[in-house]
Amino acid sequence: MTSFIAETAGAVRRLMTRGATVALLASVASTAALAQEGDTVRIGYAVSKSGPNAGGSDMTVTPNYQLWVEEVNAAGGLTLPDGSQKMIEVIEYDDRSSAEEVVRAVERLATQDEVDFILPPWGTGFNLAVAPLMAKFGYPHLAGAAVTDKAPDFVERWDTSFWFMGGSVDYVDALTEILVAQREAGTINDQIAMVSVADGFGIDLVKAARPAFEAAGFEVSYDKTFPPETSDFATILGEAGNAGADTFVAFSYPPHTFALTKQAKVAGFNPPVFYLGVGAAFPVYPGIAGGSVEGVMSLGGIDPNNELTMAYRSKHEEVVGRAPDLWGSILVYASLQMLAQSIERVGLDKAAVANELSTGSFSTVLGEETRLENNQLRAINWIGQWQDGNFVAVSADGGEGKAAVKLPKPGWE
Amino acid sequence: MLEHVVNGLVLGGTYALVAMGLTIQYGIARIMNLSFGDTIIAACFATWLMFTGLALSPILALVVLVPAGYALSLVVYRFIMKPLVDRAPDEGALEVDSILVTFGLLFVIQGVLLTLFGGGYTSYSYLNSPVNVLGTTVAANRLLALALSLAIGAALVVVLFRTRWGMTLRAVALAPQSAPLYGIDTNRAARTAFAIGGALACTGGVVLSMFQTFTATGGVVFTMKALIVVILGGKGSVPGAILAGLLLGLVETFVAAYIDPGLTLAAVYTVFLALLLVRPNGLFGKA
Repeated sequence: MTSFIAETAGAVRRLMTRGATVALLASVASTAALAQEGDTVRIGYAVSKSGPNAGGSDMTVTPNYQLWVEEVNAAGGLTLPDGSQKMIEVIEYDDRSSAEEVVRAVERLATQDEVDFILPPWGTGFNLAVAPLMAKFGYPHLAGAAVTDKAPDFVERWDTSFWFMGGSVDYVDALTEILVAQREAGTINDQIAMVSVADGFGIDLVKAARPAFEAAGFEVSYDKTFPPETSDFATILGEAGNAGADTFVAFSYPPHTFALTKQAKVAGFNPPVFYLGVGAAFPVYPGIAGGSVEGVMSLGGIDPNNELTMAYRSKHEEVVGRAPDLWGSILVYASLQMLAQSIERVGLDKAAVANELSTGSFSTVLGEETRLENNQLRAINWIGQWQDGNFVAVSADGGEGKAAVKLPKPGWE
Repeated sequence: MLEHVVNGLVLGGTYALVAMGLTIQYGIARIMNLSFGDTIIAACFATWLMFTGLALSPILALVVLVPAGYALSLVVYRFIMKPLVDRAPDEGALEVDSILVTFGLLFVIQGVLLTLFGGGYTSYSYLNSPVNVLGTTVAANRLLALALSLAIGAALVVVLFRTRWGMTLRAVALAPQSAPLYGIDTNRAARTAFAIGGALACTGGVVLSMFQTFTATGGVVFTMKALIVVILGGKGSVPGAILAGLLLGLVETFVAAYIDPGLTLAAVYTVFLALLLVRPNGLFGKA
């Protein structure tokens, strides 16, 4: 018992130290910045540190902000056009997963804290909520973790907004292309069983998927939505299994993604195509699923042969203490690199930075020549698949940094 | 059909397991514990810590965390609830006061968990193996939840209805004003009931963590579900909580299978309202 208590205490202590290290890094950064008061670049953001969105924020957005600030400050700060450097001073708020709160926080950052730049919150809804404010105050809005088909419209309405994650149609079209190729190859039939969470992401994706699947000649033989609170999928999987489909598609949030995987394993539900939503690209996913998740597909994916990507991943692991997710993280980080390079070229003037982001070419973790098209990042990975322990970007035939999709999915172990 | 019955009972077992502790705290100690769900989450994290950090099985965690939950609840009762109990002029006042103070406690627990573990999703896999029950495949961890809730429920019923100690607890639940006239120490009974509730919350947490993804701020979902089950079953009634839990599991499963998975929540609330119209005090509630 004594040794057990000692071990538990040890585990808690390790956790505390890890947390404290991150806190310390942040405070070192801010004290270093404060030491040269007036000589800092003030960067503010509001993210969900508590509430239902905290999980997503904590995975994709906040660690990248920490990593970027830590890296920039370790290198002496942000470089300005005259070659001088300024440390970053961070002002951070918790929006408590409330849309009203995130709007209030951004307004405060702009009017009271008068920060130089504002980084975006996590999630499509929250980015849309703050977009008008960011535009009103003239801040470049680097919407990194937001999936929307309306990006072209938004760019017209708010010309300082930038969209990095594509739209539902992009993701669905990429999946449809793979499905069509597999059907032609005789791997799958033309039936699809599809479930989606009755909330932002699920609604958006399923609305894009229905017409896309139909246009490609597929029949969606099971198409149901479920409430976000759902934790038991035994019945849904049972019914989906009875639908005679070779393709199972779930536009789900992480808790559902994890539960669907665990219960599919238990039920021995193993269709040739098994595609899940947010969460399947988390590095913890194979561990949560309990063993091999070979063949499972989802949004995102990386190219394990891309040195830039892999260097970013190991740096993230070193500074944050865990690996980034395999979908949005790298896009968020690239957007921050683009911001830093814009500042280096044109200074702290917000309008000039926005213009540079629109027109410039940048060297980021995505590649040496990262460019935005009409304020949107288009060169991203739409579909990933777990192959040999890696969540790699795939396409129907491979090529251009993507592997060829491997189907049918092998059996669960 | 049989498949849905089995799935429904297994799901309902989780609900019953979560609700039993709350019904005892509410029914006997008269404390409406809004931090109940967060206690469950704390137990989930403790289990996860032991599983991933120390490679201890959740079953072993059960052996450690359940007594720990009991002891911690005693402390919470002594220092936070007891002053409320002492100053409350009547039951109603105590219920209101306890709602307010446990609402505060909820944020304290949540804050500690957020600081320790962050806001991210946590989950692990244990006993996620198929078991065949009457031709239906169910996960062993969920089956364990059902078995535990039935076993604990049965044990509680036996203790409450067949032992002198249980009779004391029931006397306090039934007539808190009159019980002291018979030499019953009501404060002691309430303290014990609150602690049993805490131990049950920990049991629920350990078992839930085996198959459910949890976050530091996810406790309110469990509190809500437990509250529905408690009210449906009749506050303070252990058999009521089990029956109501299983009923909700069955309703959700049948609605998901035969109507639409999107309507499970609506169905739960419909059953809730319909039953309360017929029996305002719940299935086993005192009139």
